[in-house]
Amino acid sequence: MITQVQKPVLEVHDLTVSYGRNPVLWNIDFTLPKGSLAGIIGPNGAGKSSLIKAIMGLLEINNGYIKVFDQGLNEVRKKISYVPQRESVDWDFPASALDIVQMGTYHKLGLFRRPGKAEKALALDCLKKVGMEKYRDRQISELSGGQQQRVFIARALAQQAEIYFMDEPFAGVDISTENMIVDLLKDMTAEGKTVIVVHHDIHSAPKYFDWIIMLNMYLVASGPTEKVLTEALLEKTFGGKLSLLSDAAQLIKEKGFNPLKS
Amino acid sequence: MTFDVNAFLIILTGTLIAISCGLLGSFLILRNMAMIGDAISHAVLPGIVLAFFFSGQREGIAIIIGAGLLGILATIIIDYLSNKVKLQNDASIGVTFTWLFAIGIILITVFAGQIDLDQDCVLYGEIAYIPLDLIVTENNTILGPRVLWIAVINVILVLLYVGFMYKELKLTSFDRQFAQTIGFSTSFINLSLMGMVSYTTVSSFEAVGAILVLALLVVPPATAYLLTKKLKPMLLLTILIGFLTSLIGYYLAYFIDGSIAGAMASVSGLFLLVAIVYVTLQKRTSRKPIAMPTELKA
Repeated sequence: MITQVQKPVLEVHDLTVSYGRNPVLWNIDFTLPKGSLAGIIGPNGAGKSSLIKAIMGLLEINNGYIKVFDQGLNEVRKKISYVPQRESVDWDFPASALDIVQMGTYHKLGLFRRPGKAEKALALDCLKKVGMEKYRDRQISELSGGQQQRVFIARALAQQAEIYFMDEPFAGVDISTENMIVDLLKDMTAEGKTVIVVHHDIHSAPKYFDWIIMLNMYLVASGPTEKVLTEALLEKTFGGKLSLLSDAAQLIKEKGFNPLKS
Repeated sequence: MTFDVNAFLIILTGTLIAISCGLLGSFLILRNMAMIGDAISHAVLPGIVLAFFFSGQREGIAIIIGAGLLGILATIIIDYLSNKVKLQNDASIGVTFTWLFAIGIILITVFAGQIDLDQDCVLYGEIAYIPLDLIVTENNTILGPRVLWIAVINVILVLLYVGFMYKELKLTSFDRQFAQTIGFSTSFINLSLMGMVSYTTVSSFEAVGAILVLALLVVPPATAYLLTKKLKPMLLLTILIGFLTSLIGYYLAYFIDGSIAGAMASVSGLFLLVAIVYVTLQKRTSRKPIAMPTELKA
């Protein structure tokens, strides 16, 4: 169940990626329409993060190609933003929230130029959009996990890109941060930007995304949420694990089991 | 105390070298690469020997270039071992520098009959001799100690390097992947830093000796890291600690009549100890309950 689109913003063609001898992605082939808020879902080890890393040029590609706005990555880097997993950096780094967000303006400055007033104003504006303006001078290790994630999102906003790739932005954040980020992403796509999110929670996926990419080393499905989010395809993606989970949920409902009481 | 020219020259040279080493070392510790200074300082030996063999001079630009090239080669080997062969990073460092150092030793013994060079003059300088080795022009004007001039050139180049590359060094130290996605050449930035570290260690070895150089690369930046929360204050504090280390270290050596480089390195260690005590005490006093932050509602 793979829906291809005309004039895609992102085209992944026949992509194969491996770590050493172990393949992590096989013949991935899909296209994305402009303005979509797409979720990449799949079980652990399905290659979700590897897929966006490969698109961002962080992993070596064995086969296939990737086009963004019908061009190669190097021609359109300024239009692309990447939000890595929060755990991928050392948050003890001596920098304030504002410092980190300003890094989102570096790509426009070129070699040797430092961020000036305009860049600082932009960074502050982006901090405000994620509700973090009070913490502009706070050292990043003194922020909570959710606040750190907001700083990462603000840095991506400061890039003023057209297409955003986010690796597990909802991992380890509280519900208010999650809701805030989702609202922000919906605003962005309403403005015509395209957002691709690696997501691990199938239950919230239909609420958040209008396009779903299902992955389990190979591409199971890619298309509008209402078309692809079927039980058959979910089972194909997650194997038997999913039904096991829903069985357990069913059982808990029937017996009125409450772990807080018993 | 009257003004002592020799003391002034030694402290000044020590401070300049502390600044060069400290600024580069700050970025090394932020990249979890503090031990690479150790590695590079040993790995440059074959480069020094070969440069000496071809140029016939024991100091000068050839030695610096030879050392710089070997430093970069060492970085490339370490990178290859840890990223492509998937050896642990510290194992890669350990393998690379011992191997290159061993080759350097072999080269020295092979050429031993032909050249006047031994490990001592490569690895151990003596800061106390600084005022004795002067540059004298043809018409007998004294331009000051040779080693001081070498340190001045070094510190100027390091300041220019860090000044121009500040944004690049900061971003690649914090988030290498992100830097790569916005088109920064992270491997070039890394190699340029390693090249500067090689040049600085070799340029400073002759003046102050290996132990002090390695101490100045790591200890003042680590102290400043504990005491500050932002990169710029960390760099400035590193410079200040470097100056104080040189100053207090000199007078400590003077009063105990001991090795100046040893005293300076020990003083830098004491600064770190003071910083640890300060930070620990501060944590203890700030553990009292604080008011509920109002932002929690947001």
